Amino acid sequence: MTVTAERSPALEEALGPGSPIVVFDRVSLAFDDKVVLREISFTLIKGQTKIFLGASGSGKSTILKLIIGLLKPDSGVIWVNGERVDDKGEADLMKVRTDLGMVFQEGALFDSLTVAENVGYKLLEEGMPDAQVWDRVGEVLGFIGLGEYADRMPSELSGGQRRRVAIARAMAYKPRILLYDEATTGLDPMMADTVDNEIIKLRDLEEISSIVVTHQLRDAFRVATHEARRDGTDIRIVTAGAEKAEEAEFIMLKDGVIHFEGHATDLRQSRDPYLRSFLS
Amino acid sequence: MLSQAERWIKAAILEVQEFVQLVGAVFRAMVSPPYYRRDVILQFEAIGIGSLMVVSLTGFFTGAALALQTGQTLDRFGARTLVGQLVSASMIRELGPVLTALMLAGRVGSGIAAELGSMAVTDQINALRALGTDPLRKLVVPRVLAVTLMAPVLTVIADTFAIVAGWLISVTNLGVGSSTYWTAVLEGLYLGDAWQGIIKPFVLGFVIGTIGCHVGLRTSGGTQGVGRSTTNAVVVASVLVIAVDFFLTPLLMRVVY
Ligand SMILES: Nc1ncnc2c1ncn2[C@@H]1O[C@H](COP(=O)(O)OP(=O)(O)OP(=O)(O)O)[C@@H](O)[C@H]1O
Ligand SMILES: [Mg+2]
Repeated sequence: MTVTAERSPALEEALGPGSPIVVFDRVSLAFDDKVVLREISFTLIKGQTKIFLGASGSGKSTILKLIIGLLKPDSGVIWVNGERVDDKGEADLMKVRTDLGMVFQEGALFDSLTVAENVGYKLLEEGMPDAQVWDRVGEVLGFIGLGEYADRMPSELSGGQRRRVAIARAMAYKPRILLYDEATTGLDPMMADTVDNEIIKLRDLEEISSIVVTHQLRDAFRVATHEARRDGTDIRIVTAGAEKAEEAEFIMLKDGVIHFEGHATDLRQSRDPYLRSFLS
Repeated sequence: MLSQAERWIKAAILEVQEFVQLVGAVFRAMVSPPYYRRDVILQFEAIGIGSLMVVSLTGFFTGAALALQTGQTLDRFGARTLVGQLVSASMIRELGPVLTALMLAGRVGSGIAAELGSMAVTDQINALRALGTDPLRKLVVPRVLAVTLMAPVLTVIADTFAIVAGWLISVTNLGVGSSTYWTAVLEGLYLGDAWQGIIKPFVLGFVIGTIGCHVGLRTSGGTQGVGRSTTNAVVVASVLVIAVDFFLTPLLMRVVY
């Protein structure tokens, strides 16, 4: 049951390199009386990265849920991969979601399935032959360093391991946009680097657009200031050139609005007291 | 104060509306693909086989108690020999369906609410949607189907155990002969009773399944919320079982006799 969105050539071209892939246009959302987002607008360009920072409860997860259509905004327009998602019903959203991968904040692994079944879930659902699915599952699990854990249940994993399985599950079906909700929180620095490198590689070598939500500035800066280069068969993670560094942008949320928007260097040099206290 | 009451009423209406929408969506999902056959089979096993023990025991002891009680009452009319008829008629028409449904509300309704509830608070329902699966088809339809179709089967089993228990009591305690008992059982049975005894649990099972799913899916507020949902599912399903049975009884009496 593979659903491929039919696109006109004009739309296909408009969605080529350098084109917007996620657009928020004055999006507002309130839960009951509590306004979480107030007229938020931003644009993610294909193959680039947006990094969301902000205090707990500032609406970072909410933004990711809006992109993937799990929540609907009260007002405003959201475009994802050339489709409007804010006014779509659940059935139409399923098509948009084939190109979206999301790593949930707490992993959200299916308790009743093994690690391998979790990772291969979507591929199996789409009717890919079993052998091919298990090949791909082995590949992504090996990648994330959990090859031997394929037959475990999620309840038998540590928090960090669960997070890594969640990342494997989101990338298994090769979506064009990946949303990471605190993907590195709770990982040791080595593992966090591995995950960051993975985000960088997917972005630079596979043209995957990413939205990264994190509390950990170390990881935010690492993703923003490094790039992946292919050297023959080798893949190296190196400090990004000036042009590449421009492609990662930080957005800081505060009280429902965008408090700061800019690149890593802007963020480091900012004199804003709130930003300074957040950075220190 | 008024606004508090208003808010409560608004929330109640909204919840009923959501429930009706869920029921409508379940019917639609039942008649169109994709189907999750493996999940349906798993639920039939979990709900059907898993409830066998409780339901048999309930049936057995209810039948035994009924025989003891009615034996005494019937004596006053010198009609002790009719004990079989009383046990079978009251079990098949009324007690079998209602008691089985109450047991299922406690065992299955709560289980569904707890399972879906914990999936909801840990974002697993959201993850399903994000991965392109409709939770209604994957989770709700298999459970509702399993309870709805297993409830009549389990009711028949409860009835059977009750009638056998009644027979044991009659023979050992009331001095009613085996053949007298079984003749009374058969003579007291009308086709209408049998229909009533099958249709009622069908409807009650559907109520238990949909309430369990509805309450489970709406769960919020972490593990505490899951606890609340589980209790709510049992209470609401149990009360509804008795209420629906009350309204269904005169309706069925008119239709099936
Ligand atoms: N389903 C909901 N119902 C009511 N309020 C909600 C709901 N989801 C989120 N909120 C509220 O919206 C606000 C933003 O939540 P969100 O999860 O987006 O925060 P966050 O920035 O991801 O925080 P954290 O860093 O702690 O994960 C919070 O104040 C939260 O209480
Ligand atoms: Mg969050």
